[in-house]
Amino acid sequence: MISRTERSANYAILLLFAGFALWPILTILGGALGPDDAGGPGGLANFPAAWTEGRFGGSMLTSIAVSGFVVVVAGVLSIMAGYAFGTMRVPGAAVLFPLFLLGLMVPTEVIVVPLYFDLRTFGLTNTFWGIALPQVAQSLAFGTFWMRAYFRSRPPSLIEAGRLDGAGSWRILWQILVPPGRPAIVTMVVLTFMWTWNEFLIPLVMATDEGLRTAPLGLAFFQGQHTSGLTLLAAAAVIVAAPVVVVYLFLQRHFIRGMLEGAVRE
Amino acid sequence: MADTLVAQPATTTPARRGRLGPSPWHALAYVAPALVVYATFVLYPLGRAVHLSLFDWDGLTLATFVGLGNYVEVLTDADLRAAFGHTLVLIVFFALLPTAIGLVLAALLTRARLRGLPFFRTVAWRQLYAPDGSVNDLLSLVGLGGLARAWLGDPTFALPAVGVVGTWVQTGLVTLLLMAGISRIPDQLYEAARLDGAGPVREFFAITLPSVRAELAVALTLTVIAALKTFDLIYITTGGGPGNRTSVPSYEVYNRAFRLGEVGSAAAVGVTLTVIIFVINLAVARIGERR
Repeated sequence: MISRTERSANYAILLLFAGFALWPILTILGGALGPDDAGGPGGLANFPAAWTEGRFGGSMLTSIAVSGFVVVVAGVLSIMAGYAFGTMRVPGAAVLFPLFLLGLMVPTEVIVVPLYFDLRTFGLTNTFWGIALPQVAQSLAFGTFWMRAYFRSRPPSLIEAGRLDGAGSWRILWQILVPPGRPAIVTMVVLTFMWTWNEFLIPLVMATDEGLRTAPLGLAFFQGQHTSGLTLLAAAAVIVAAPVVVVYLFLQRHFIRGMLEGAVRE
Repeated sequence: MADTLVAQPATTTPARRGRLGPSPWHALAYVAPALVVYATFVLYPLGRAVHLSLFDWDGLTLATFVGLGNYVEVLTDADLRAAFGHTLVLIVFFALLPTAIGLVLAALLTRARLRGLPFFRTVAWRQLYAPDGSVNDLLSLVGLGGLARAWLGDPTFALPAVGVVGTWVQTGLVTLLLMAGISRIPDQLYEAARLDGAGPVREFFAITLPSVRAELAVALTLTVIAALKTFDLIYITTGGGPGNRTSVPSYEVYNRAFRLGEVGSAAAVGVTLTVIIFVINLAVARIGERR
C-alpha cells in the first residue's frame, strides 16, 4: 500500500522529532547523574548537594503550599460557578460569563503592576496571600469556563431526577454531578497545578523575602550563582520539575481522557 | 426556597416546575465567591492598569497626569519598538515553526501505518507534561548544552537561541491538539483520495489541512499568546541582553515598573500587550469559525 520511499521518509521524520524531543531531557538526566562540578564521582549524591546548596527545602515547601491552596480554592469556586452558569439561570449571565472569559486573555504582565502597588498599600506584598490570591483569581477564568462546559454536557434529566427525589441544588452538585465528572475535574486540577507551580512573575514581584521564594524562583537564583558547573544546576532542575512530572504521571490517564473530551465538546 | 412557596397553577406538572430550577438569587450565590475573588484580583487591577497608564509615576511620589503620553512613547521609543519587533521574531519560533512541525508529525502519528508508532505517540504525550513555564525553559536551556549558552551572549544569535527553546516547548502541545483533530477525519475521505491517485503530499494538502482548521486556530492562538507573554525565559536566560537584543514587552513591563521606576510607562506597555492579545484572539476565532 505505502511505497518504500514514503515509509523511510516517515521514519526519518519521526526519529528526528523523537531526538529533538528527548535530547534535552536526556542531557539533563545525564548531567544530573554525572561527575560533580569539582570532578568527584557525583552520581545520586548530586541531588542532596543541590538541595542543600540551593536551599530548596524552603522554596519547595512554599511552592507546595501555594499550589495546593490555589488548586483547592480555585477548583471548588470554579465548580460552583461553572455549575450555576451551566445548569441554572444566573441573572446577568450574558455579561458575567464573558467577563470570566476575558480573564483567559488578560496577561499577568498587565495586572501585576497595579496589584503590587495596591497590595503594598494594604501590607500584603511579601505575604503568602499576595502570591496565592492573584493566582486563584487567574485560575478561575479557565476553571469556570471548563466546568461550565462539563455541566452543560450533563443530561438535564439527571438533575431533574435528583430534584424529584428531594435533593437540594447543593446535594445534586456534589453527589450526582461531581462524581462522574472526574476526568474533567482532574484535567482542571492538573492544568491549574502546572500553571501555578511554574508561575514566575507573580512570586518574583510579590516575594522579596528569601523565605517566600517559590521553587522556580529558587532555581533561577541558584542558576545566577552557579554559572560554572552544569551538574548541580541540572540536578536542581530535576528536583524542581519532579512534582509536576509526578502529578502528571499519577493522573495522566484521567488527564488525557479529559483533554480529548474537552477538545471534542462545544 | 421561594418557588416552593408560590402557589403553582394546577396545570403545572412537577416536571415542568423542575425545569425552572433554583431561584435567580440562589444561582447567583453559587457564582458570587468566584466573582468576588476574580473581580478583586483580575478585573479591578485591569482597570487600575488603564488608569495608571495615563500618569507619569515613579511608584513613590505624587503622580502627574500625562494623558496618552505613555502610549505615544510605546509607538516612538526606540527600545519599546525594538521589544515589540523582537516579539515578531519570537512568533516565528513559538507559533509558526511548532505549527508546521506539529502538522506533519500529527499527520504521521495518526495516519501512517508504521511499526513503533506507539513509542512515538508516547514521546509526543510526554512532551506535554509542562506546556510552558520557567522550569521547562530552564530544563531545555541546560539540556541544549553549551551551544545555546554561547549563542545567548551573541548579539545576532541570542534571539534565535531563545526562540529555539520556545519551539521545543510548544511543539508537543501543538502536535497533540492537531492529533485530536486529525483522528476525527473519516477514513473514507483518505480512501477516496487514494483511489483518485493522490500521493501523501496531495492527501495532506487536500484533506488533512482543511479538516483541522478549528484545531489550527486554537493552536495558533495559544502559541502566539505564549510568544507575546514570554517573560521568564528572557529573565532567566539573557535579561534582555546583550544590549537590548532580546528585550520583549513583558520584560519591559517588569523592568520599567520595578527597576527603573517608570510605573505609568510600564502600565501602558502592559495595556498595549493586552489589546494586541485581544485582537489576535478575535481574529483567530473568526478564521476558525469560517468553514
